Amino acid sequence: MSEKKKAGLKELSPIDIYKLLPKINCKECGQDNCMAFATKIVNREINIDTCPPLLKKENEKAYAKLKDLLKPAVKEVIVGVGDRAKKLGGKLVMYRHEFTYTNPTAMAIDVTDEMPAQEVVTRVQHAENFSFEYIGNTLRLDMIAVRCTSEDADKFKACVKKVSEITTLPMILCTLNPAIAEAGLMAAPKSRPLLYAANTSNWKDMAELALMYSCPIVASAPNDLTTLVSIAKTLMAYGVTDIVLDPGTFMNEGLGDTLNNFTMLRRAATKGGEELAGLPLMGVPMVAWVDKGDTADDLVKWREAYIASMLVVRYADVLVMHGDSGWSLLPTTVLRQNIYTDPRKPVAVAPGLKVFGTPDENSPVFFTSNFALTYYTVASDLDTNKLNAYLIVVETEGSAIDSGVAGRKLTAERVADAIKQSGIESKVKHRKIIIPGKASRISGEIEELSGWKVQVGPRDSSEIPKYLIEKWQP
Amino acid sequence: MSQLLQGDDKKKTDEGLKLSDDLLEALAKFQQIELQDFEMDVKDLEIIFEPGMAGQIMPKLKLPAAITGGKPTSMLQVPFIPPVETYPNKITEVKLGGTKSDGGTRGRTLTIGGEVSPAFYTFERPMPHKPVITLDVFDMEVPLSKAVKMHVKEVVGDPAAWAKLAVEKFDADMVTVHLISIDPLLKDATPKEAVKTVEKVLQAVDVPLVIGGCGDPVKDADVFQAICEAFPNERFLISSITRDMDVERCAKYVKKNGHAALSFTPMDLNLARELNRRLYDFLDREDIVMDLTTAALGYGLDYAFTNMERARIGGLMGDMELAHPMSSGTTNAWAAREAWLKMSAEWEPRELRGPLWEVTTALTLLLAGVDLFMMMHPAAVKTLKDVTNYLTSGKKAESSKYANWVTVKA
Repeated sequence: MSEKKKAGLKELSPIDIYKLLPKINCKECGQDNCMAFATKIVNREINIDTCPPLLKKENEKAYAKLKDLLKPAVKEVIVGVGDRAKKLGGKLVMYRHEFTYTNPTAMAIDVTDEMPAQEVVTRVQHAENFSFEYIGNTLRLDMIAVRCTSEDADKFKACVKKVSEITTLPMILCTLNPAIAEAGLMAAPKSRPLLYAANTSNWKDMAELALMYSCPIVASAPNDLTTLVSIAKTLMAYGVTDIVLDPGTFMNEGLGDTLNNFTMLRRAATKGGEELAGLPLMGVPMVAWVDKGDTADDLVKWREAYIASMLVVRYADVLVMHGDSGWSLLPTTVLRQNIYTDPRKPVAVAPGLKVFGTPDENSPVFFTSNFALTYYTVASDLDTNKLNAYLIVVETEGSAIDSGVAGRKLTAERVADAIKQSGIESKVKHRKIIIPGKASRISGEIEELSGWKVQVGPRDSSEIPKYLIEKWQP
Repeated sequence: MSQLLQGDDKKKTDEGLKLSDDLLEALAKFQQIELQDFEMDVKDLEIIFEPGMAGQIMPKLKLPAAITGGKPTSMLQVPFIPPVETYPNKITEVKLGGTKSDGGTRGRTLTIGGEVSPAFYTFERPMPHKPVITLDVFDMEVPLSKAVKMHVKEVVGDPAAWAKLAVEKFDADMVTVHLISIDPLLKDATPKEAVKTVEKVLQAVDVPLVIGGCGDPVKDADVFQAICEAFPNERFLISSITRDMDVERCAKYVKKNGHAALSFTPMDLNLARELNRRLYDFLDREDIVMDLTTAALGYGLDYAFTNMERARIGGLMGDMELAHPMSSGTTNAWAAREAWLKMSAEWEPRELRGPLWEVTTALTLLLAGVDLFMMMHPAAVKTLKDVTNYLTSGKKAESSKYANWVTVKA
């Protein structure tokens, strides 16, 4: 604490930034003044490069100082090139409530150089096309890990070449043999793949390759953090700048060591300002396949999936997966989206009347709770089905429908009030409200208090279109 | 499926607690922090300081003098010092279930809480108790997803048989008897009928029980009273006491009859503190478990996770009002449509997706510090048990075995 290190950004105040700015209030950055700009910088809402005067020669020193002040606790390492290049790490904090996590955990799907060519193509395309729409976000997979299982440089080279031809997803080249790694790099020399991995025996050759092909590299030391940071230190001394750490991922009883290693590294980086721990972390849930034996594929995918999810929570910046089934990947991708949202985002949306499409006096009227996730789910179902409807958002203090009814946050009184306040009575000539199926318990009370006729709608808003066809008549 | 069944955050440390330079030096030597005379203002506790801050005084890793210019020719050796911390406070232990010697009839008791480190920071110190799983049993028919229903359809409507199945087949540590039928808007069953249901479950299984109400603050208070008085010293967990109930009345009969209370609040730590403070007038700390609300994966799990993680860290750092074991209604995971909905072929089968949704929700909250899981699907229960067993085994990883994943021919 005697010396300020690059630990969490909370320790920075706008004044710290302001002091180093040109202080001329030129507004070239789009902000009203330098202080406003400094505040945005501290909140990571804007990049210092958007201050043109700061980029001038005379401000070189201040710029360098600012860069250093703003350096994240975990270095950001970029893998791949072009639109789909992936940033790993760049974390500012350890705990999610301290500040928004940056750079969601990248998820890689593997192929091997012994898979039939068609299978490689299928798996790559499957990874490329993986897409799930989730409240306004598209969830995707990010990388392809090409593993050498053949120990044959030519085969590996051909496989890397094939993959680089069919996808722009960044690659992870996996082999501990430097000669084979070089063959792979030669097949895609400008693609900036992540090289896996430098260990205690091959570090020198691997470091040379990383320098020659200017690609990031993983340091690997299974379950041995002293060796791991020593490899990282050695690579740095060698001139390699972009390093990812793999402390090892272990199944079963090894899960304890796995989580401990990830947690210790992240704590040393964010709280201790340790440069060697302050590097992106790689997790390998596909170790679940190592002792597959006679276990059914689905069960191995299940194990792989839950390990992946635990590592999303415990600080992994990149994950290598083998199972590529939708059911097994979906929970982890949704969890990743959840964990990486801004923790300051409110739980509730503003209550009131929302209009979808171009409703008229005969259009259906729904209500839902003001819990953000409930609202967005219903809204997205009305939107994507292009329905013309009114939706009354009832103040439930951020409770969902079922918990709101159970916890008396969603009451008939509140619904009746919301109907009255919304002004809907002047917009439609019918007096029928479709209520969430999960609020059916209070349907009678709503009718009594509001004077509106209640129709109990589906329990899930995905069934609204079907419901309207079958049950709606103004 | 059957195979699956096998403080103000700007406050700095130097304000929150006074560490003299001497202490810092001493810490630098021992990499440990012993916080005596720890004081903090918890009036408006955001997390005032974070565990691990003391790690800032870890010695800087220095480059050995051997190489100063050029590329190294042999590996440089630097130590990694585990960033081990000590926390000023301990999470309260709560005992559930009363055996014969307690005046109850349960075969054994279970203790939760007692943590002195964040969840599964076993590099610091072991977890004092394994998290406990209680399975949901409903006293009447309720809408269940297909993936769950297939495992319990024989026993729906018979809470005693359901409880037996949960314990004997699904290995539940505890059973939650959800008295849905008492809801005035459903069957409006009487307190007497509810007592009968609980009695049947008590006879069917000998594990500790959680008693769940219907959510009506008045009816629940009446039913809970009847149950607490009918079965003194069974040490039930009464789920739950909420802010809109007659807290004094409920807390008094819980205490008088030797039970424990689940203090439930809707995802707001200040409300949780406030309700706990009200309970302290009538209950001991050791009688209170808290439920900070569980939202499903994809539907607010992020809020639940962060809320619980903050509560646990706050509790360890000295916020006594949050230093209680935490319970999670993990069954809420099934409120996510992705858990039960038939989706397009690429996301099927939902029979696997659903329980994986529940276990993902559970594991996320396990890592936030949850001590008691209220769950539904047997496969999710099995996995959560396996994982907690692994994490508390104290065994070292078979690192060489898994290190060869690169060449494995999967």
